[in-house]
Amino acid sequence: MDDLASHASRPVSVKPGANPYPELFRRDYTAQPPAHAPIYKTSVLRSPRNALLSIDHTISETTGPVFGHNELGLLDNDLILNYAKTGEPIGPRIIVHGHVLDESGRGLPNTLVEFWQANAGGRYRHKNDTYLAPIDPNFGGCGRALTDENGYYYFRTIRPGPYPWRNYVNSWRPAHIHFSLFGNAFAQRLITQMYFEGDPLVKICPIINTIPDKDAIDRLIAPLDLNASTPDDSMAYRFDMVLRGRRSTLFENRLEGN
Amino acid sequence: MVQPLAYLKETASQTAGPYVHIGLSPHQAGFDIFQNNFDNNLVGATTPGTQIIIEGRVFDGSGHPVRDALLEIWQANADGRYNHPGDRQKTGSVDPHFRGWGRACTDFDAGVYRFYTIKPGSVMGREGRKMAPHISFWIVSRGINMGLNTRMYFADEQDANAKDPVLSGIELKKRRDTLIAKPSQKDGKTVYTFDIVLQGEGETVFFDI
Ligand SMILES: [Fe+3]
Repeated sequence: MDDLASHASRPVSVKPGANPYPELFRRDYTAQPPAHAPIYKTSVLRSPRNALLSIDHTISETTGPVFGHNELGLLDNDLILNYAKTGEPIGPRIIVHGHVLDESGRGLPNTLVEFWQANAGGRYRHKNDTYLAPIDPNFGGCGRALTDENGYYYFRTIRPGPYPWRNYVNSWRPAHIHFSLFGNAFAQRLITQMYFEGDPLVKICPIINTIPDKDAIDRLIAPLDLNASTPDDSMAYRFDMVLRGRRSTLFENRLEGN
Repeated sequence: MVQPLAYLKETASQTAGPYVHIGLSPHQAGFDIFQNNFDNNLVGATTPGTQIIIEGRVFDGSGHPVRDALLEIWQANADGRYNHPGDRQKTGSVDPHFRGWGRACTDFDAGVYRFYTIKPGSVMGREGRKMAPHISFWIVSRGINMGLNTRMYFADEQDANAKDPVLSGIELKKRRDTLIAKPSQKDGKTVYTFDIVLQGEGETVFFDI
């Protein structure tokens, strides 16, 4: 697997006068799940039959929404406290932290990262979740953070439990945290899931196995990171995520179209 | 051997799942947690431009509405300007109060989503070719392994649509219609209906952007 941490970040090459937000790299679908993946049954009726139509990027794709730190509440990245009513939620306390990079290895600052998850018993605080495990009165199960000037984020939560779901009889989702990422272009928008090192359910999960590439699956598994843990309080997991890169405009023979 | 080209790979996408609302639209999941929620209203009373409502449903391959989808839109303001430093068009101005982005879910009963926004202006495309007014859409849900991208155009912009480089790049003319929303009047407001068909008859054109 790629060693994200040792990847030297390269300078952005921006010619004077060139757009600092150039086109994005073409998406590499070899490491992405296909829309139609029969092992994940719900995808069968929810996948287009026509090929996606490739379009050249315009500013409609190379720009995207900008969010500010003032829009987030102080506890938005603290799932242990952001829904605490009568006390703190039950379950193993963990810290999740990591680096949001682009494919060139550059950290992506001020990008909105949103996350949601089940409680320690594997139950979501959601109208449609009827799993028999109890709701935790002190756990909402969602939060959000903006990456710092170098692209790092962190939050604190309870380790989620695995839960059953209807795919095959006796299908169980591995413990996971859902992530939503923006980057700085609408074409970088991504939703994914983080899994935990050592979970035996990862290998047999149909949703994970929609991903055709073993290394790409490995990159969704967060290792235990004792160096970032808080002694006598919380263990830590490290989860880095990569969004699409931007093309370097080294030579530009054509004037921009505006 | 050659030197390795040390690019990283984009993180693999995974489905947003049935409970996407918890993280991205907690009100719809059934609880309140954030002070500021991101929602489907992009405008205030004084936002320059023509106020419009966009509504529609998302259909699966069996023709049933998808009632757990989440949609996001990204659009220019009435001047055709995006609120982002990568928009370097020389005409018009950016409205700092208009982000140009919103998020909506289809409801659990009828599967209808709705956005309150303004009609965008034309945006410059590649090689100096103007694009017709359009709104970028991104759709996720349970069963969608990777967010789907499409664009909504306006039926009352026939001339601009005819010249639009993206629309005219769709080979089968009939399929262009899947991206065109039709206006109607409801309670004195202009409502554009934009249904999205994930699969089969009338399947929406989705883009690899
Ligand atoms: Fe889940």
